[in-house]
Amino acid sequence: MSATTAFLTDSTLCIGCKACEVACKEWNNLGDDGLAWTGFSYDNTAELGHSTWRHVKFVEHPPEIGHGGNSPEVSSWTFSSDVCKHCEEAGCLEACPTGSIVRTEFGGVYVQPDICNGCSYCVVACPFGVVQRNKEDGRAFKCTFCYDRQKAGLTPACAHACPTESIKFGEIEQLRAEAERRLAKLKESGMNDAVLYDPKETSVRGTHAFFLTRGDPRQYNLPLKPEVPTIYTKQGWKSAAIGAGVLAAATMLAFIAGDNR
Amino acid sequence: MKDSALREQLRSEPAEPSLPQRVHRLEEIRREAAHTGRVEGVGVRLAGAPIPVASVETGYYGLPLLKEPQWSWEIPVYFFVGGAAGAAAVIAEFAQMSGAQTELVRDARTVAAVGALLSPALLVSDLGVPSRFLNMLRVFKVQSPMSVGVYIVSAFGPPSVLAMIANRLRGRMPGMMLKMIESSAGLFSALCGLGMATYTGVLIGATAIPVWNKNIDSLPIHFALSGLAAGTAAIQLMGHEESRALNLLGLVASAGESLIGVKLEKAPSPANAPLKKGTSGLITRAGGLLTGPLPLALRIAAAFAGERRSKQIIRMAAASSLAGSLLTRVGWVRAGHRSAQQSNTAASREF
Repeated sequence: MSATTAFLTDSTLCIGCKACEVACKEWNNLGDDGLAWTGFSYDNTAELGHSTWRHVKFVEHPPEIGHGGNSPEVSSWTFSSDVCKHCEEAGCLEACPTGSIVRTEFGGVYVQPDICNGCSYCVVACPFGVVQRNKEDGRAFKCTFCYDRQKAGLTPACAHACPTESIKFGEIEQLRAEAERRLAKLKESGMNDAVLYDPKETSVRGTHAFFLTRGDPRQYNLPLKPEVPTIYTKQGWKSAAIGAGVLAAATMLAFIAGDNR
Repeated sequence: MKDSALREQLRSEPAEPSLPQRVHRLEEIRREAAHTGRVEGVGVRLAGAPIPVASVETGYYGLPLLKEPQWSWEIPVYFFVGGAAGAAAVIAEFAQMSGAQTELVRDARTVAAVGALLSPALLVSDLGVPSRFLNMLRVFKVQSPMSVGVYIVSAFGPPSVLAMIANRLRGRMPGMMLKMIESSAGLFSALCGLGMATYTGVLIGATAIPVWNKNIDSLPIHFALSGLAAGTAAIQLMGHEESRALNLLGLVASAGESLIGVKLEKAPSPANAPLKKGTSGLITRAGGLLTGPLPLALRIAAAFAGERRSKQIIRMAAASSLAGSLLTRVGWVRAGHRSAQQSNTAASREF
């Protein structure tokens, strides 16, 4: 049994160089995703998608003296490299009707491209908006957690390329402990707004890619209460049973009451 | 950026300041510079510039948190066809069991069989590569409504077609055998039909899309009634305007759809906004009106009209129900798109 691995993305160390985005595209042979400006910040990647498996988010803060540069006119920036969360309870994996999406021996969530049939049900089942269908190809794609590299004993491309060790890769429990240590150290040095994002209290039951961010994770589009849609299926089938009952009863009564003409 | 959601987002931002406004601002900056020797500005974000921010309220620059559904047009059409066919299979079976007119049974079986053949065709067409459909059948996952649904669709086809063929042959060939085949295939087809008419509600309800997920309790019932309305209407339009049983069913379906419509309109949840506002709201509301109150009123009116007039009114009610059921499915899928587009953290916080 191989060790369960994880990513710890520490936004306090990220310098926004996007080496992770590039390394990911290079290793995984991903196509370009257009050359357009978003117009709202220096982040022109904007979101994760079928051809973007790492995405550096640029969050700009209003200027604070002594915080983010030496001039009150310069706003401060924090960067955070987003990635598939590889949920403990993964919505995409539960929803996949072909069994294409599996959990690997490293604990990651992996879409087997030869089995994916392009139904795109995983897309609406992901509470983080990560997985996406490639319209030309028809199938769904997302971060593989560099399953191929891990199989060969290598570090995932993004973590390998990260020049500041903002993206750390390792055994999950060790990494969780390291995240706690880092969080304590940040607070000790005055960064009281540092938080560890790993939604363990939700139905997702924690992730295999957790994030150290400054300030509320919601400004990075990290939802406070992500939910695995599977928890609603029971409720759904119950109302389906009611619907089927109504349909059958109404039809039966109509033909009993009708004069059979 | 490649994505339509983003373009939408950027378009919805306040317009760029007009030329006079910009000239005015420039004058202001010059005056300020002349007076104080410096200008207070915020890096790239000039004061007054219409640039979105990343915040707790708007999420990451107001960009959607969730991905939009990526189904093609075939899927809402399939919801409509599958729902109507499923209900028609149920109608055919009860009609046969109660000894209704043979033409009615025949036509109901036809609607069920045609829908049962069309349904997988639509689903396969959405996948792009037809052989990919087979990948669905390599596993069965009870926790995935998509997987359960695929087995319902696959199981619905053969008995529905078989029942129709047996029914058609009965006039020409004698025998108990055909009757037995028809009734057992018909029973199986009706059972699957109950699933066909309802499972699509579970399918979209058990997702992360707020507007669908919030309504998971009523969606399968809503879709069952919508299917019943459409199935009944399709059979009636084949010359069964005078069947009392079908008229009763049409009445029940349109009354039920009216109730669901009222419930949806009254729901205060902001997640339901796409069902009321914008294009998706318009389509869903039109669908609701055409399957609910309008055919209900028409069918009541028909009960009091003369025989010939009544037949015409019933036909109108049936056409309205068919169109309404299709619009309802299209509307719900579009509402899912809208819901995803609006899913920055502020909107999804209550979710």
